Amino acid sequence: MASNEEILSGLGEIVEEVAGVSADEVTEEKSFVDDLDIDSLSMVEIAVQAEDKFGVKIPDDELANLKTVGDAVSYVAKNS
Amino acid sequence: MTNTEIVVTGLGAMTPLGDDVQTTWDGLVSARTGVRRVTDGWVEQYDLPTKIAAPLAVEPTDILPRVQARRLDRAAQTAIIAARQAWTDAGYDTPSEEHHDVEPERLGVVIGTGIGGPHTLLAQDDLLEQNGLRKVSPLTVPMLMANASAAQVSIEIGARAGVHSPASACASGAEGIATAAMMIESGRADVVVAGGTEACIHPITVAGFVQARTLSSNEDPEAASRPFDTSRDGFVLGEGAGIVILERAEHARARGARIYGQLRGYGITSDAYHITGNHPDGIGQIGAMQQAIHSAGLTANDVGHVNAHATSTVVGDVGEARAISKAVGDHPVVTAPKGSLGHLVGGAGAVESIATLLSLRDGIIPPTRNLVELDPKIELDVVSGEARKTDVTAAINNSFGFGGHNVALLFTKD
Repeated sequence: MASNEEILSGLGEIVEEVAGVSADEVTEEKSFVDDLDIDSLSMVEIAVQAEDKFGVKIPDDELANLKTVGDAVSYVAKNS
Repeated sequence: MTNTEIVVTGLGAMTPLGDDVQTTWDGLVSARTGVRRVTDGWVEQYDLPTKIAAPLAVEPTDILPRVQARRLDRAAQTAIIAARQAWTDAGYDTPSEEHHDVEPERLGVVIGTGIGGPHTLLAQDDLLEQNGLRKVSPLTVPMLMANASAAQVSIEIGARAGVHSPASACASGAEGIATAAMMIESGRADVVVAGGTEACIHPITVAGFVQARTLSSNEDPEAASRPFDTSRDGFVLGEGAGIVILERAEHARARGARIYGQLRGYGITSDAYHITGNHPDGIGQIGAMQQAIHSAGLTANDVGHVNAHATSTVVGDVGEARAISKAVGDHPVVTAPKGSLGHLVGGAGAVESIATLLSLRDGIIPPTRNLVELDPKIELDVVSGEARKTDVTAAINNSFGFGGHNVALLFTKD
Protein backbone atom coordinates (compact mmCIF):
# COMPACT_ATOMS: atom_id res chain seq x y z
CA MET A 1 0.00 0.00 0.00
CA ALA A 2 1.17 3.45 -0.93
CA SER A 3 2.10 5.99 1.74
CA ASN A 4 0.30 9.33 1.90
CA GLU A 5 3.39 10.99 0.42
CA GLU A 6 3.40 8.57 -2.49
CA ILE A 7 -0.31 9.10 -3.09
CA LEU A 8 0.12 12.88 -3.02
CA SER A 9 2.97 12.80 -5.46
CA GLY A 10 1.06 10.37 -7.73
CA LEU A 11 -1.98 12.64 -7.69
CA GLY A 12 0.26 15.59 -8.50
CA GLU A 13 1.52 13.82 -11.62
CA ILE A 14 -2.03 13.05 -12.73
CA VAL A 15 -3.27 16.60 -12.16
CA GLU A 16 -0.30 17.98 -14.07
CA GLU A 17 -0.92 15.60 -16.98
CA VAL A 18 -4.67 16.32 -17.18
CA ALA A 19 -4.97 19.96 -16.19
CA GLY A 20 -1.49 21.41 -16.63
CA VAL A 21 -1.20 22.48 -12.99
CA SER A 22 2.38 21.99 -11.82
CA ALA A 23 2.66 18.93 -9.56
CA ASP A 24 4.34 21.14 -6.91
CA GLU A 25 1.11 23.12 -6.62
CA VAL A 26 -0.87 20.02 -5.77
CA THR A 27 -0.77 20.12 -1.99
CA GLU A 28 -3.21 18.68 0.57
CA GLU A 29 -5.00 21.90 1.55
CA LYS A 30 -5.80 22.89 -2.06
CA SER A 31 -9.34 22.69 -3.42
CA PHE A 32 -9.50 21.08 -6.87
CA VAL A 33 -12.11 23.55 -8.14
CA ASP A 34 -11.37 26.79 -6.27
CA ASP A 35 -7.59 26.66 -6.01
CA LEU A 36 -6.45 24.48 -8.89
CA ASP A 37 -9.16 25.65 -11.35
CA ILE A 38 -10.07 22.11 -12.38
CA ASP A 39 -13.46 21.69 -14.06
CA SER A 40 -15.89 18.79 -13.66
CA LEU A 41 -14.78 17.17 -16.92
CA SER A 42 -11.14 17.13 -15.86
CA MET A 43 -12.14 15.74 -12.45
CA VAL A 44 -13.61 12.71 -14.22
CA GLU A 45 -10.35 12.18 -16.08
CA ILE A 46 -8.32 12.58 -12.89
CA ALA A 47 -10.54 10.05 -11.10
CA VAL A 48 -10.18 7.46 -13.88
CA GLN A 49 -6.39 7.85 -13.87
CA ALA A 50 -6.28 7.69 -10.08
CA GLU A 51 -8.32 4.47 -10.13
CA ASP A 52 -5.80 2.91 -12.51
CA LYS A 53 -2.75 4.20 -10.67
CA PHE A 54 -3.82 3.26 -7.12
CA GLY A 55 -6.15 0.32 -7.78
CA VAL A 56 -9.16 1.96 -6.09
CA LYS A 57 -12.77 2.49 -7.14
CA ILE A 58 -14.02 6.08 -7.02
CA PRO A 59 -17.79 6.04 -7.60
CA ASP A 60 -19.40 9.33 -8.69
CA ASP A 61 -21.03 9.99 -5.30
CA GLU A 62 -17.64 9.59 -3.60
CA LEU A 63 -15.92 11.75 -6.22
CA ALA A 64 -18.35 14.57 -5.42
CA ASN A 65 -17.07 14.56 -1.82
CA LEU A 66 -13.42 14.88 -2.75
CA LYS A 67 -13.19 18.67 -2.51
CA THR A 68 -9.53 19.02 -1.63
CA VAL A 69 -6.38 17.17 -2.60
CA GLY A 70 -6.21 16.03 1.06
CA ASP A 71 -9.70 14.48 0.74
CA ALA A 72 -8.49 12.50 -2.26
CA VAL A 73 -5.31 11.36 -0.52
CA SER A 74 -7.31 10.11 2.49
CA TYR A 75 -9.86 8.36 0.28
CA VAL A 76 -7.19 6.55 -1.71
CA ALA A 77 -5.26 5.62 1.45
CA LYS A 78 -8.41 4.18 3.01
CA ASN A 79 -9.68 2.29 -0.02
CA SER A 80 -6.62 1.01 -1.86
CA MET B 1 -26.36 44.41 -48.75
CA THR B 2 -28.04 47.06 -46.73
CA ASN B 3 -26.27 50.36 -46.25
CA THR B 4 -24.07 48.82 -43.57
CA GLU B 5 -20.43 49.19 -44.49
CA ILE B 6 -18.37 46.20 -43.36
CA VAL B 7 -14.57 46.06 -43.40
CA VAL B 8 -11.94 43.42 -42.72
CA THR B 9 -9.41 44.43 -40.09
CA GLY B 10 -7.60 41.21 -39.21
CA LEU B 11 -6.50 37.97 -40.90
CA GLY B 12 -5.31 34.60 -39.59
CA ALA B 13 -4.53 31.28 -41.27
CA MET B 14 -3.19 27.79 -40.67
CA THR B 15 -2.79 26.00 -43.98
CA PRO B 16 -0.80 23.35 -45.85
CA LEU B 17 1.40 26.20 -47.11
CA GLY B 18 2.24 27.72 -43.75
CA ASP B 19 1.25 28.51 -40.19
CA ASP B 20 0.27 32.11 -40.85
CA VAL B 21 -1.20 34.43 -43.48
CA GLN B 22 2.08 35.77 -44.86
CA THR B 23 3.66 32.36 -45.46
CA THR B 24 0.45 31.09 -47.03
CA TRP B 25 0.18 34.14 -49.27
CA ASP B 26 3.85 33.91 -50.32
CA GLY B 27 3.24 30.24 -51.09
CA LEU B 28 0.28 31.07 -53.30
CA VAL B 29 2.06 33.87 -55.14
CA SER B 30 5.08 31.64 -55.82
CA ALA B 31 2.84 28.63 -56.61
CA ARG B 32 4.34 26.35 -53.99
CA THR B 33 2.46 23.16 -53.18
CA GLY B 34 1.12 22.02 -49.83
CA VAL B 35 0.36 18.56 -51.17
CA ARG B 36 2.39 15.64 -49.82
CA ARG B 37 2.47 11.88 -49.95
CA VAL B 38 0.58 10.29 -47.05
CA THR B 39 3.12 8.44 -44.93
CA ASP B 40 0.92 7.20 -42.06
CA GLY B 41 0.61 3.69 -43.44
CA TRP B 42 -3.13 3.65 -44.01
CA VAL B 43 -2.85 4.11 -47.77
CA GLU B 44 -1.13 0.72 -47.91
CA GLN B 45 -3.31 -0.80 -45.16
CA TYR B 46 -6.52 -0.16 -47.08
CA ASP B 47 -4.99 -0.19 -50.56
CA LEU B 48 -6.34 3.30 -51.27
CA PRO B 49 -5.92 4.64 -54.79
CA THR B 50 -5.40 8.13 -53.37
CA LYS B 51 -1.93 8.37 -51.83
CA ILE B 52 -1.62 12.11 -51.27
CA ALA B 53 -3.13 14.86 -49.15
CA ALA B 54 -2.46 18.45 -48.11
CA PRO B 55 -1.84 18.37 -44.35
CA LEU B 56 -1.09 21.42 -42.24
CA ALA B 57 2.45 22.74 -42.74
CA VAL B 58 2.92 23.04 -38.97
CA GLU B 59 1.36 20.79 -36.35
CA PRO B 60 -1.05 22.75 -34.16
CA THR B 61 0.20 20.77 -31.17
CA ASP B 62 3.62 22.38 -31.74
CA ILE B 63 2.01 25.79 -31.26
CA LEU B 64 -0.61 25.35 -28.52
CA PRO B 65 0.19 24.59 -24.87
CA ARG B 66 -0.11 20.83 -24.22
CA VAL B 67 -3.10 20.96 -21.90
CA GLN B 68 -5.11 23.27 -24.16
CA ALA B 69 -4.33 21.07 -27.16
CA ARG B 70 -5.52 17.87 -25.46
CA ARG B 71 -8.92 19.45 -24.80
CA LEU B 72 -9.48 20.39 -28.45
CA ASP B 73 -10.08 18.44 -31.64
CA ARG B 74 -7.53 19.12 -34.38
CA ALA B 75 -10.09 21.27 -36.23
CA ALA B 76 -10.57 23.49 -33.18
CA GLN B 77 -6.83 23.61 -32.45
CA THR B 78 -6.32 24.91 -35.96
CA ALA B 79 -9.19 27.40 -35.73
CA ILE B 80 -8.10 28.82 -32.40
CA ILE B 81 -4.55 29.45 -33.64
CA ALA B 82 -5.87 31.22 -36.76
CA ALA B 83 -8.37 33.19 -34.66
CA ARG B 84 -5.65 34.39 -32.29
CA GLN B 85 -3.58 35.56 -35.25
CA ALA B 86 -6.54 37.45 -36.73
CA TRP B 87 -7.51 38.97 -33.38
CA THR B 88 -3.98 40.25 -32.75
CA ASP B 89 -3.64 41.35 -36.37
CA ALA B 90 -6.74 43.52 -35.90
CA GLY B 91 -4.98 45.26 -33.04
CA TYR B 92 -6.96 43.65 -30.24
CA ASP B 93 -5.57 42.29 -26.99
CA THR B 94 -6.55 39.13 -25.18
CA PRO B 95 -9.38 40.14 -22.84
CA SER B 96 -8.98 40.03 -19.09
CA GLU B 97 -11.56 40.19 -16.34
CA GLU B 98 -11.00 43.93 -16.07
CA HIS B 99 -10.71 44.85 -19.72
CA HIS B 100 -12.30 43.93 -23.07
CA ASP B 101 -11.19 45.73 -26.24
CA VAL B 102 -14.62 44.98 -27.74
CA GLU B 103 -17.75 45.06 -25.63
CA PRO B 104 -18.64 41.36 -25.21
CA GLU B 105 -22.32 41.91 -26.08
CA ARG B 106 -21.26 43.48 -29.42
CA LEU B 107 -18.78 40.74 -30.35
CA GLY B 108 -19.76 37.57 -32.25
CA VAL B 109 -18.09 34.45 -33.64
CA VAL B 110 -19.05 32.49 -36.75
CA ILE B 111 -16.79 29.57 -37.69
CA GLY B 112 -18.07 27.05 -40.19
CA THR B 113 -16.92 23.46 -40.63
CA GLY B 114 -17.88 20.69 -42.97
CA ILE B 115 -17.70 17.80 -40.50
CA GLY B 116 -16.61 19.05 -37.08
CA GLY B 117 -14.31 16.76 -35.12
CA PRO B 118 -14.08 13.40 -36.88
CA HIS B 119 -10.63 12.60 -35.47
CA THR B 120 -12.02 12.81 -31.94
CA LEU B 121 -15.14 10.81 -32.79
CA LEU B 122 -13.17 8.00 -34.40
CA ALA B 123 -10.41 7.88 -31.80
CA GLN B 124 -12.88 7.78 -28.92
CA ASP B 125 -14.90 5.08 -30.69
CA ASP B 126 -11.71 3.02 -30.93
CA LEU B 127 -11.15 3.51 -27.19
CA LEU B 128 -14.71 2.43 -26.39
CA GLU B 129 -14.40 -0.69 -28.52
CA GLN B 130 -10.95 -1.66 -27.30
CA ASN B 131 -10.94 -0.51 -23.67
CA GLY B 132 -14.54 0.08 -22.68
CA LEU B 133 -16.45 2.98 -21.17
CA ARG B 134 -13.88 4.06 -18.56
CA LYS B 135 -11.34 5.08 -21.17
CA VAL B 136 -13.72 7.31 -23.12
CA SER B 137 -12.85 10.95 -22.49
CA PRO B 138 -15.47 13.14 -20.78
CA LEU B 139 -14.43 15.72 -23.38
CA THR B 140 -15.53 13.51 -26.29
CA VAL B 141 -18.73 15.36 -27.16
CA PRO B 142 -17.52 18.91 -26.52
CA MET B 143 -14.50 18.13 -28.69
CA LEU B 144 -16.26 16.52 -31.64
CA MET B 145 -19.32 18.78 -31.89
CA ALA B 146 -19.39 20.95 -35.00
CA ASN B 147 -19.78 24.17 -33.00
CA ALA B 148 -16.70 23.46 -30.84
CA SER B 149 -14.32 25.72 -32.76
CA ALA B 150 -16.66 28.72 -32.71
CA ALA B 151 -17.55 28.18 -29.06
CA GLN B 152 -13.90 27.81 -27.98
CA VAL B 153 -12.96 31.02 -29.77
CA SER B 154 -15.90 32.82 -28.12
CA ILE B 155 -14.63 31.73 -24.70
CA GLU B 156 -11.11 32.88 -25.50
CA ILE B 157 -12.06 36.38 -26.69
CA GLY B 158 -15.19 36.91 -24.59
CA ALA B 159 -17.83 37.08 -27.36
CA ARG B 160 -21.42 37.22 -26.12
CA ALA B 161 -23.35 38.52 -29.15
CA GLY B 162 -23.89 34.95 -30.41
CA VAL B 163 -21.87 32.08 -31.80
CA HIS B 164 -22.76 30.26 -35.01
CA SER B 165 -21.31 27.34 -36.94
CA PRO B 166 -22.63 27.03 -40.47
CA ALA B 167 -22.24 23.54 -41.92
CA SER B 168 -22.40 23.69 -45.69
CA ALA B 169 -19.61 21.29 -46.59
CA CYS B 170 -16.96 23.01 -48.72
CA ALA B 171 -18.83 26.32 -48.57
CA SER B 172 -18.81 26.45 -44.75
CA GLY B 173 -15.94 28.92 -44.42
CA ALA B 174 -17.46 31.36 -46.89
CA GLU B 175 -20.87 30.96 -45.30
CA GLY B 176 -19.20 31.75 -41.98
CA ILE B 177 -18.09 35.11 -43.39
CA ALA B 178 -21.51 35.81 -44.95
CA THR B 179 -23.28 34.93 -41.72
CA ALA B 180 -20.96 37.24 -39.82
CA ALA B 181 -21.90 40.05 -42.21
CA MET B 182 -25.57 39.37 -41.49
CA MET B 183 -24.89 39.68 -37.76
CA ILE B 184 -23.38 43.12 -38.30
CA GLU B 185 -26.10 44.20 -40.77
CA SER B 186 -28.88 43.17 -38.44
CA GLY B 187 -27.37 45.23 -35.66
CA ARG B 188 -26.49 42.29 -33.41
CA ALA B 189 -22.74 42.90 -33.42
CA ASP B 190 -20.04 45.44 -34.29
CA VAL B 191 -17.19 42.94 -34.60
CA VAL B 192 -17.37 39.28 -35.66
CA VAL B 193 -14.57 36.73 -35.75
CA ALA B 194 -15.46 34.74 -38.84
CA GLY B 195 -14.25 31.95 -41.07
CA GLY B 196 -13.98 28.22 -41.29
CA THR B 197 -11.90 25.24 -40.22
CA GLU B 198 -11.45 21.60 -41.13
CA ALA B 199 -9.26 18.69 -40.10
CA CYS B 200 -10.60 15.52 -41.68
CA ILE B 201 -7.65 13.81 -43.33
CA HIS B 202 -8.41 10.30 -42.10
CA PRO B 203 -8.65 6.94 -43.89
CA ILE B 204 -12.45 6.90 -43.61
CA THR B 205 -12.96 10.32 -45.20
CA VAL B 206 -10.43 9.55 -47.90
CA ALA B 207 -12.12 6.18 -48.53
CA GLY B 208 -15.53 7.85 -48.65
CA PHE B 209 -14.39 10.53 -51.08
CA VAL B 210 -12.65 7.85 -53.17
CA GLN B 211 -15.89 5.87 -53.38
CA ALA B 212 -17.73 9.03 -54.43
CA ARG B 213 -15.11 9.31 -57.20
CA THR B 214 -14.12 12.84 -56.25
CA LEU B 215 -10.43 12.55 -55.26
CA SER B 216 -7.41 12.69 -57.52
CA SER B 217 -5.59 9.39 -57.88
CA ASN B 218 -2.55 11.14 -59.35
CA GLU B 219 0.39 9.80 -57.31
CA ASP B 220 2.60 12.84 -57.86
CA PRO B 221 1.98 15.28 -55.00
CA GLU B 222 3.57 18.09 -56.99
CA ALA B 223 1.13 17.74 -59.86
CA ALA B 224 -2.08 16.21 -58.54
CA SER B 225 -4.13 19.32 -57.80
CA ARG B 226 -4.56 21.02 -61.18
CA PRO B 227 -7.72 23.12 -61.43
CA PHE B 228 -8.93 23.97 -64.94
CA ASP B 229 -6.16 21.85 -66.52
CA THR B 230 -7.10 19.25 -69.15
CA SER B 231 -5.50 16.41 -67.15
CA ARG B 232 -7.17 17.12 -63.80
CA ASP B 233 -8.75 14.06 -62.19
CA GLY B 234 -10.19 15.11 -58.82
CA PHE B 235 -9.40 17.17 -55.75
CA VAL B 236 -6.72 16.71 -53.11
CA LEU B 237 -8.02 16.58 -49.54
CA GLY B 238 -6.44 19.24 -47.33
CA GLU B 239 -6.91 20.69 -43.87
CA GLY B 240 -6.68 24.14 -42.35
CA ALA B 241 -8.45 27.22 -41.11
CA GLY B 242 -8.90 30.81 -42.17
CA ILE B 243 -10.26 33.51 -39.87
CA VAL B 244 -11.03 37.15 -40.60
CA ILE B 245 -12.14 39.96 -38.31
CA LEU B 246 -15.21 41.61 -39.82
CA GLU B 247 -16.04 44.96 -38.37
CA ARG B 248 -18.66 47.64 -38.79
CA ALA B 249 -16.76 50.34 -40.70
CA GLU B 250 -17.52 53.14 -38.24
CA HIS B 251 -16.27 50.96 -35.39
CA ALA B 252 -13.02 50.22 -37.23
CA ARG B 253 -12.45 53.80 -38.33
CA ALA B 254 -13.18 55.23 -34.90
CA ARG B 255 -10.30 53.20 -33.47
CA GLY B 256 -8.01 53.88 -36.42
CA ALA B 257 -7.78 50.24 -37.43
CA ARG B 258 -5.79 49.09 -40.44
CA ILE B 259 -8.34 48.01 -43.09
CA TYR B 260 -7.61 45.22 -45.60
CA GLY B 261 -10.73 45.79 -47.67
CA GLN B 262 -14.50 45.77 -47.59
CA LEU B 263 -16.91 42.88 -47.68
CA ARG B 264 -19.17 44.75 -50.03
CA GLY B 265 -21.68 42.04 -50.98
CA TYR B 266 -22.51 38.37 -50.78
CA GLY B 267 -24.81 35.87 -52.40
CA ILE B 268 -26.05 32.56 -51.02
CA THR B 269 -28.14 30.10 -53.02
CA SER B 270 -28.93 26.39 -52.99
CA ASP B 271 -29.28 24.08 -55.99
CA ALA B 272 -32.10 21.81 -54.76
CA TYR B 273 -30.81 19.33 -57.30
CA HIS B 274 -28.40 16.59 -56.16
CA ILE B 275 -26.52 15.85 -52.95
CA THR B 276 -23.10 15.99 -54.62
CA GLY B 277 -23.50 17.14 -58.22
CA ASN B 278 -23.91 20.76 -59.25
CA HIS B 279 -26.96 21.80 -61.24
CA PRO B 280 -25.96 21.27 -64.88
CA ASP B 281 -27.10 24.76 -65.84
CA GLY B 282 -25.17 26.28 -62.95
CA ILE B 283 -28.21 28.26 -61.86
CA GLY B 284 -27.29 28.24 -58.17
CA GLN B 285 -23.70 29.33 -58.79
CA ILE B 286 -24.74 32.02 -61.25
CA GLY B 287 -27.40 33.22 -58.81
CA ALA B 288 -24.92 33.47 -55.95
CA MET B 289 -22.48 35.57 -57.99
CA GLN B 290 -25.29 37.79 -59.34
CA GLN B 291 -26.64 38.33 -55.83
CA ALA B 292 -23.17 39.24 -54.60
CA ILE B 293 -22.73 41.81 -57.37
CA HIS B 294 -26.22 43.22 -56.94
CA SER B 295 -26.00 43.47 -53.16
CA ALA B 296 -22.70 45.34 -53.53
CA GLY B 297 -24.40 47.91 -55.74
CA LEU B 298 -21.97 47.08 -58.56
CA THR B 299 -22.26 45.69 -62.07
CA ALA B 300 -20.53 42.62 -63.49
CA ASN B 301 -18.11 44.87 -65.35
CA ASP B 302 -16.80 46.21 -62.04
CA VAL B 303 -15.61 42.76 -60.96
CA GLY B 304 -12.02 42.43 -62.14
CA HIS B 305 -11.04 39.22 -60.41
CA VAL B 306 -12.60 35.90 -59.44
CA ASN B 307 -10.91 33.64 -56.91
CA ALA B 308 -12.52 30.41 -58.06
CA HIS B 309 -13.71 27.44 -56.02
CA ALA B 310 -12.30 25.15 -58.75
CA THR B 311 -11.36 21.99 -56.89
CA SER B 312 -9.75 20.17 -59.83
CA THR B 313 -12.65 17.82 -60.53
CA VAL B 314 -13.53 17.05 -64.14
CA VAL B 315 -17.16 18.19 -64.01
CA GLY B 316 -17.04 20.85 -61.29
CA ASP B 317 -14.36 23.08 -62.81
CA VAL B 318 -16.09 23.36 -66.17
CA GLY B 319 -19.43 24.03 -64.50
CA GLU B 320 -17.98 26.85 -62.44
CA ALA B 321 -16.10 28.31 -65.41
CA ARG B 322 -19.34 28.50 -67.38
CA ALA B 323 -21.17 30.02 -64.43
CA ILE B 324 -18.45 32.70 -64.08
CA SER B 325 -18.70 33.47 -67.79
CA LYS B 326 -22.46 33.90 -67.50
CA ALA B 327 -22.62 35.77 -64.20
CA VAL B 328 -19.53 37.97 -64.49
CA GLY B 329 -18.31 37.73 -68.09
CA ASP B 330 -15.05 36.80 -69.78
CA HIS B 331 -13.13 39.85 -68.55
CA PRO B 332 -12.23 38.91 -64.94
CA VAL B 333 -8.78 37.58 -64.16
CA VAL B 334 -9.35 34.18 -62.55
CA THR B 335 -7.20 32.09 -60.25
CA ALA B 336 -7.74 28.75 -58.49
CA PRO B 337 -5.76 28.57 -55.23
CA LYS B 338 -6.52 24.87 -54.68
CA GLY B 339 -3.73 24.06 -57.15
CA SER B 340 -1.37 25.02 -54.32
CA LEU B 341 -3.46 24.54 -51.18
CA GLY B 342 -5.44 21.42 -51.97
CA HIS B 343 -9.03 21.49 -50.81
CA LEU B 344 -9.44 22.65 -47.21
CA VAL B 345 -13.17 21.76 -47.17
CA GLY B 346 -14.72 23.95 -44.43
CA GLY B 347 -11.54 26.02 -44.23
CA ALA B 348 -11.36 26.65 -47.98
CA GLY B 349 -13.73 29.58 -48.43
CA ALA B 350 -12.17 31.51 -45.55
CA VAL B 351 -8.53 30.95 -46.54
CA GLU B 352 -9.34 31.78 -50.15
CA SER B 353 -11.21 34.94 -49.08
CA ILE B 354 -8.00 36.02 -47.38
CA ALA B 355 -6.15 35.43 -50.65
CA THR B 356 -8.79 37.48 -52.48
CA LEU B 357 -8.36 40.37 -50.04
CA LEU B 358 -4.57 40.26 -50.42
CA SER B 359 -4.90 40.25 -54.22
CA LEU B 360 -6.91 43.46 -53.89
CA ARG B 361 -4.44 44.96 -51.44
CA ASP B 362 -1.24 44.06 -53.31
CA GLY B 363 -2.50 44.12 -56.91
CA ILE B 364 -1.16 40.58 -57.38
CA ILE B 365 -3.15 37.57 -58.52
CA PRO B 366 -1.40 34.27 -57.76
CA PRO B 367 -1.02 31.72 -60.54
CA THR B 368 -3.01 28.49 -60.65
CA ARG B 369 -0.40 25.87 -59.88
CA ASN B 370 -0.29 22.97 -62.38
CA LEU B 371 -2.43 24.73 -64.95
CA VAL B 372 -0.42 23.81 -68.01
CA GLU B 373 -3.09 23.30 -70.65
CA LEU B 374 -6.41 25.07 -70.09
CA ASP B 375 -9.41 22.83 -70.69
CA PRO B 376 -10.73 24.02 -74.07
CA LYS B 377 -14.26 24.05 -72.63
CA ILE B 378 -13.17 26.90 -70.33
CA GLU B 379 -13.29 30.37 -71.82
CA LEU B 380 -11.76 32.41 -69.05
CA ASP B 381 -8.55 34.33 -68.41
CA VAL B 382 -7.01 32.02 -65.82
CA VAL B 383 -3.60 33.00 -64.43
CA SER B 384 -0.96 30.28 -64.79
CA GLY B 385 2.82 30.14 -64.56
CA GLU B 386 3.69 33.46 -62.95
CA ALA B 387 1.63 35.68 -60.66
CA ARG B 388 -0.03 38.55 -62.48
CA LYS B 389 0.22 42.16 -61.43
CA THR B 390 -3.04 43.89 -62.02
CA ASP B 391 -4.91 46.54 -60.11
CA VAL B 392 -8.39 45.28 -59.45
CA THR B 393 -10.80 47.05 -57.16
CA ALA B 394 -13.54 44.44 -56.82
CA ALA B 395 -13.23 40.66 -56.62
CA ILE B 396 -15.46 37.66 -56.02
CA ASN B 397 -14.53 34.58 -54.03
CA ASN B 398 -16.61 31.52 -54.90
CA SER B 399 -17.30 28.55 -52.62
CA PHE B 400 -19.57 25.63 -53.37
CA GLY B 401 -20.35 22.57 -51.30
CA PHE B 402 -21.84 19.08 -51.35
CA GLY B 403 -25.54 19.57 -50.77
CA GLY B 404 -25.83 22.25 -53.44
CA HIS B 405 -24.56 25.17 -51.34
CA ASN B 406 -23.33 28.18 -53.31
CA VAL B 407 -21.70 31.19 -51.65
CA ALA B 408 -20.12 34.14 -53.45
CA LEU B 409 -18.42 36.88 -51.44
CA LEU B 410 -17.61 40.21 -53.03
CA PHE B 411 -14.67 42.14 -51.63
CA THR B 412 -13.51 45.60 -52.65
CA LYS B 413 -10.53 47.80 -51.88
CA ASP B 414 -11.42 50.12 -49.04
